[in-house]
Amino acid sequence: MAILGFLESGGGHAVSRNAREVGDSSPFVLTGLMAWIKALGPYRWASNRLRDRGMSGRTAVISVPYLWLLLFFLVPFLIVLKISFSDIRLGMPPYEPFVTWASAHVMDLKFNFGNYAFLWEDALYRNAYANSIMTAGFSTILCLLIGYPMAYGIARSKPSWRNLLLLLVMLPFWTSFLLRVYAWIGILKNNGLINNLLMSMGVIDEPIVMLQTNFAVYLGIVYSYLPFMVLPLYTAIEKLDLTLLEAAADLGCRPTKAFFKITIPLTKGGIVAGSMLVFIPAVGEFVIPALLGGPGSLMIGRVLWEEFFNNRSWPIASAVAIAMLILLVFPIWILQRVQGREMGAHR
Amino acid sequence: MNQRRSFFVLTMMVFGFAFLYIPILSLIVYSFNESRLVTVWGGFSTKWYVALLHNEPVKQAAWLSFRIATMNATGATILGTLAGLALARFGRFRSRSLLAGLTTAPLVMPEVITGLSMLLLFVAMEQVFHWPDGRGITTITIAHITFSMAYVTVVVQSRLATLDESLEEAALDLGARPAKVFFLITLPIIMPAILAGWLLAFTLSWDDLVITSFVNGPGSSTLPVLIFSKMRLGVSPDINALATVLVLIVTVGIVAAGLLMARQQKRRDLDVQQAVAGNQ
Repeated sequence: MAILGFLESGGGHAVSRNAREVGDSSPFVLTGLMAWIKALGPYRWASNRLRDRGMSGRTAVISVPYLWLLLFFLVPFLIVLKISFSDIRLGMPPYEPFVTWASAHVMDLKFNFGNYAFLWEDALYRNAYANSIMTAGFSTILCLLIGYPMAYGIARSKPSWRNLLLLLVMLPFWTSFLLRVYAWIGILKNNGLINNLLMSMGVIDEPIVMLQTNFAVYLGIVYSYLPFMVLPLYTAIEKLDLTLLEAAADLGCRPTKAFFKITIPLTKGGIVAGSMLVFIPAVGEFVIPALLGGPGSLMIGRVLWEEFFNNRSWPIASAVAIAMLILLVFPIWILQRVQGREMGAHR
Repeated sequence: MNQRRSFFVLTMMVFGFAFLYIPILSLIVYSFNESRLVTVWGGFSTKWYVALLHNEPVKQAAWLSFRIATMNATGATILGTLAGLALARFGRFRSRSLLAGLTTAPLVMPEVITGLSMLLLFVAMEQVFHWPDGRGITTITIAHITFSMAYVTVVVQSRLATLDESLEEAALDLGARPAKVFFLITLPIIMPAILAGWLLAFTLSWDDLVITSFVNGPGSSTLPVLIFSKMRLGVSPDINALATVLVLIVTVGIVAAGLLMARQQKRRDLDVQQAVAGNQ
């Protein structure tokens, strides 16, 4: 909450530092300072203008979450962008300052595209990039193939069953993601559940290597993000007007054809929303490839993590983040459009 | 419902639910395994739970996680409710679409990006304002509030979108001030959604590994951070025991909250029925 106090003080950097230094020793001085700030032109102007418009309460409701998100969500991205153009240096923080003052009035801006050139030239990053898109895309399709029949089944269940089944879909989402991924290690490893079972039944003699493969990564992603796919699909299928299907059947349309001609097109919103909700976080996934994948299954999320924590090169990590973001801008835009339409239809 | 569920759909549902629950069940079963090798059955034992009770680092990390999750849930609920209210009730205001974008983006943003950007912000702020002083519980809580308030916003906004505005309008027509209308009418009605949002924000914070790893400092290992560092050394039965305890707490919590809300809903429906009956 201290940050809100700072914002109230007018945002002036020198003022806030004063408030810190003096205010810590004596609250009396701080009160005086606040009174002084309130007497300042800009503060009076702002509060009077708000009162004139008769919307001070309304503005407060909007501005509190707004300022929070601007400061802690939007500004950080600008900083990441800035640091992605900086040089690496030894020390803390491990990057060259972006803006240096050549003299008192001459600002020296440095843009350094070296980090991006480095990413582009190194095959490791290109592979990680391509691999992330492929892994996320393939897992999204698998998720859709499993999730659609599930959502369909739930939407067509008796109403008394529906809530219970939905709760069962959501319950895993509430339990720790990390522990659910960890559970797969015990199932997939060489002396794990599946291999033990198959060997004791005599189906196989040698354990099948499943852990630390791409297969394990797909499995982990499908497993972790299945609820995100099922829920929007359920909402879309549940809203579907059944009389359309009846009309199709009356006119002699076979159920399979009706499904592809009516059900799928009318639930397109759910399909798109679910797919984006799986694809976007899966591209940047770190935990699943780190725990279930092998050294070959490099994904950008993992590369970013390793650049940051193991190589301590913050500018490269920032460049990786920006590159990932550019890739995700389009899917995020689609998702927001679909969700905006849903919200609009709601009202 | 003249369309019966086909055999295929039923099979897929059974398969899907088995897929969702078998890993969790295996986690629980193997937590009672005597053997140190997690997947080789060596007889029933509760010794890993006893070991857990005496594990000081785990208990400290759990306490830290609990404190952060509580502060986060409270902060995220306040901010998320305000944002949800603004988006659902204030019609069109300037930069509404930016606010809408800012509240949904954290939902899908890959955690590594959010984590990295928050850390870089904190480092920059420390350089310029000398605050926050180092990284720890404060920075973790701020980061958690930022990404989990988006979930509260969505829950509150969609509840408000389905809520009939005529009650609020009636109160306004009778001369109640907007703030009074909110506290006396809107808030009690959307309370279940707010509680659900609080619980969601709590669990999100309690489970978070990636963002926390970026913004935590020395000595502020939350439970997921501790668990992850143990996992990197391989599977071990005490993680299974810990996992079972956590899964159990969550399940009991969710079921209890669900039952409570269902009962309140029923009572409210009854009240409405009686009120309607009384009027006739």
